[in-house]
Order: sequence, then C-alpha cells, then structure tokens
Amino acid sequence: MIRIRGLKKKLGAKQVLNGVDLDVPQGRTVVVMGRSGTGKSVLLKHIMGLMQPDEGSIEVDDTDVVGLKEGPLNEVRKRFGFLFQGAALFDSMTVGENIGITLREHTRMTESQIRERVAERLEWVGMTGIEDMKPASLSGGMRKRVGLARAIAMDPAYMLYDEPTTGLDPIMSDVINRLIRSLQQRIGVTSIVVTHDMNSAYHVGDELAMLHDGRVVFTGTPDEARSTSDAFVRQFIEGSSEGPIRV
Amino acid sequence: MADDDSLTLRTYEAARTRVLDSIAEVGRITLLVIDTFRHSLRGLRAFRLVVDQMHMIGVQSLMLVFIVSLFTGAVSAVQAAYQFSTVVPLKYIGSVILRSVIIELGPVLTALIVGGRVGAAIAAELGTMRVTEQVDALESMAINPVRYLVVPRVVGAIVMLPLLTILANTIAVFGGYVVAVTSVGVSTHTYVTGLKQFFFMKDLWSGLIKAVFFGGIIGWMGCYYGFRTEGGAEGVGVATTRAVVSSCVLVLVSDYVLANVLFRFIFAE
Repeated sequence: MIRIRGLKKKLGAKQVLNGVDLDVPQGRTVVVMGRSGTGKSVLLKHIMGLMQPDEGSIEVDDTDVVGLKEGPLNEVRKRFGFLFQGAALFDSMTVGENIGITLREHTRMTESQIRERVAERLEWVGMTGIEDMKPASLSGGMRKRVGLARAIAMDPAYMLYDEPTTGLDPIMSDVINRLIRSLQQRIGVTSIVVTHDMNSAYHVGDELAMLHDGRVVFTGTPDEARSTSDAFVRQFIEGSSEGPIRV
Repeated sequence: MADDDSLTLRTYEAARTRVLDSIAEVGRITLLVIDTFRHSLRGLRAFRLVVDQMHMIGVQSLMLVFIVSLFTGAVSAVQAAYQFSTVVPLKYIGSVILRSVIIELGPVLTALIVGGRVGAAIAAELGTMRVTEQVDALESMAINPVRYLVVPRVVGAIVMLPLLTILANTIAVFGGYVVAVTSVGVSTHTYVTGLKQFFFMKDLWSGLIKAVFFGGIIGWMGCYYGFRTEGGAEGVGVATTRAVVSSCVLVLVSDYVLANVLFRFIFAE
C-alpha cells in the first residue's frame, strides 16, 4: 500500500504540491488526473525518491521513502516499475538490452534466462521478436510498449504510469489501456496512473483522484466521478473552459 | 544620487550572486568527483561499459591525434630551425623537439583536441539522457547514474589520455624528423643523436602524469555539465559548450600548476 500525507513541494516560485493526501490500496489502480502542470508527474517522482518534498511523508508498505538513504531507497525502488511519459528508453542499447538491464544489474540470472524473460515480457506487450532493434527505429506506441515491458521485467509489486496514452492515436491508446488492465489482473500489481485522458482514466482506474492547486480535491470510483456534482471534477471530465478551474 | 546607490547595490548583488554560484558549482563538481571514487569499485565491475568508453575516447580519436601531432612536430622543426639560426647548432634540433613535445606539446595538445571531441560528446550524450528522463529511468531502476554513466567515462578518459599522449609524442617526433631531414638539412644520425642525448625519463613521466589529470578533467567536465542540463535541445547545446570551454581552461590552468609541482618538487634536481 502507498500512503501519502501532507506532501508539499515548491519549484521556483510555484507551490506545485500543497498538501497532497492520497491512499493507494494494495492491488488497486488509482488514476491521478488533473490539468497539465498541476504536479502529477512531480508526485510520481516523489514516490520514486527522484525528488525530495519540502514537507510530508510517502509510505510504501510502511516504509517512509522521504529522506531515505540510497541503499534502502534502492531496495524500495526495486519493487517498482515506472513507465515514463516518453518511455525513456536508452538510445545506446537495443530493445533486449533495455528490458534486460535491471535483470543484469540486480539478479543472478544467466544470459539465457534473461533472454527468455525479455522474450516473455515482449510477448506480454505484443511486441515479439524485436529484441535486436534500436529504440530510434520504433514508433511512439512501440516505444511505450517496450517501456512497459522494461518496467515489468522484475515483476514489480507497484507500477507507476506517467501519461501512458499521451501522444498516441486512439487505437494505440486502447492497446495501452488494455495492457495496463491485463497487467493488474496477471501480476496483481498496485498502480498509480497519471493522466488527463478521461477515456484512459475510466478504463484502467479502480479509483480516480483529481489534483488541483497542489491538492487532491476529489477521490472516488469512475462511476462516482461520472455522477458527481463537484464543480471541479465536472468541468475537468466534461473538458469545459468555463467553471471554477481558471484557464 | 539615489539612482547611483541603487546601481551600486544592484552591481554588488549581481557580483555576490555570481561568486556564490561559482562556489556552489565548485562544490557540486567536488561532490561528483567524490561520488565517482565512491562508486568506482562497483563501476569497474561493469568492464564492458569501460571498454566501450575507452574505444569511444581513445580509438575514435586516433586519426585526429595523428594529424595534429604530425603537424605539431613538423612546425616545431621549422620553428626550431628558424630560432636557432646561427646561435644554436642544428645538432640540438632533435633534443629540443623531443623535450618540448613530451613535456608540453604532446600532453596539452592531445588534451585540448580530445577535450573538444570527447568532452562535447559526453556532455551531449548525458545531456540528452537527462532531458529525455533516461537518467531518471536509471535511478528509478535502482541503478546509480554516477556508477553506470560517470565511472566508465572518467576511467576511460584517464586510461586513454596517457596512451594517446604516447602516440602523439611518437608521431610528433617523427613529424619533426621528416621536416628536419627533408627541409632543414639535418641528417638522420644527427637528429637521432640529439634525441638520445637529452632524453630524460622524468620528462616522459611528467607528460604522462599530466595526461592522467587532463583525462580526469575532460571526463568529469563532460559528465558534470551533461548531468546539469536543463530544458531541451538548447540546454544540451549550452551544456556541450560549457563542458568544452571548462575542459580547455582547466587543462591549461592545471598544466601550469602541475608543471610547478612536477619540476619544482617531484622531479627537482
């Protein structure tokens, strides 16, 4: 379980996170939605210890990752998979090397076992047989799926997705949404999905949380979000420029 | 009067900020150097990464070093012949070329050209990795970026710079020989005798010790400015320029410091 309490972060003059409280129960997928620039990606980076908050706590299985030293923090990180917005594949490596990097670094698996695992994960994301390709020759959707295969190489207990469908066509977005859903069912992973794509949010989320002005202003199931009278949520899910959220 | 005071205050504040930023920068570079040593043992275990960097830094610089060294030696011969005129016998031309090359020209020119090529390449690569979140990806996978990215590059540069310097010395002395024999009128025997007469092992060592330090400077500057890249393509361009400029300046400054330490203390007669 991930429990975030009172998380605050100021970047320059802007208070990006201003007391975020969020619970992500074991085995559930929580979608964090909100306008661009509301600190959704910053929130994910705090959970991974890539950024340190000014205030607040982030507990992962009862371990507070805030201020954790590199060794123990890395042990927490090994339980996570992170799909970056642009996939963040290593250009200098092949697809196979990208997916196998954590296995080579953190396990004692033999090369043949690693090759087997890489092939299996590529099959899971529907990209069989592209181990020797370089990331530069892949399309946006393919990069996302390879990024996903890399993120799940170590069988993570937690998955963080940063804008998994941004920049993809609707069909590829649906492919990614189904993959996220199937991973949850296949390996029972606990996930946080950051997105402003409402189709994706409804499809993959067990719960939705809306971030506005550095705080979580709504949490509920997709059905509760659809029927809520909360003006912030209504304006966001209807994609209206008129309402309490000032443009 | 009030305008003058305000201008003075603003100038003072700007100067103060600049000084504090510079101190902070030196501090961050020092921390990177310490971090590199801290992670060097585990970093060296990934030997393939080090070999890749040695290939990129050393083997891919061979042609450039060859051309620059050949002409450096050739120009040294022409300049020596001109300056000797009737004052110094031409039999000393070999020893003058040899000593100026192995003490100064070989290590410094090699460091400057490799610093330009390799420092820029390292800063551009790591800068691009930074802005495309590849460095964050490494950290999120519990892989220390200093161990994985900095150690192989710095070690590669520290190992390859002395080797490139030995090559540069050899080629430059050969370039000097070709010019001395073909256009200055010195015989092969005279040139070689001059080389042998004033060759001191400590001269060669001093050049190679300098090269080790220059290699470290090139590696660390490229990595530091690459890691500090902000923004997109523009940020990568800025990082690349800073890496090259700082490498070149630091090579020259440290050359002066090392020359003092080596010839006044370590190899003092």
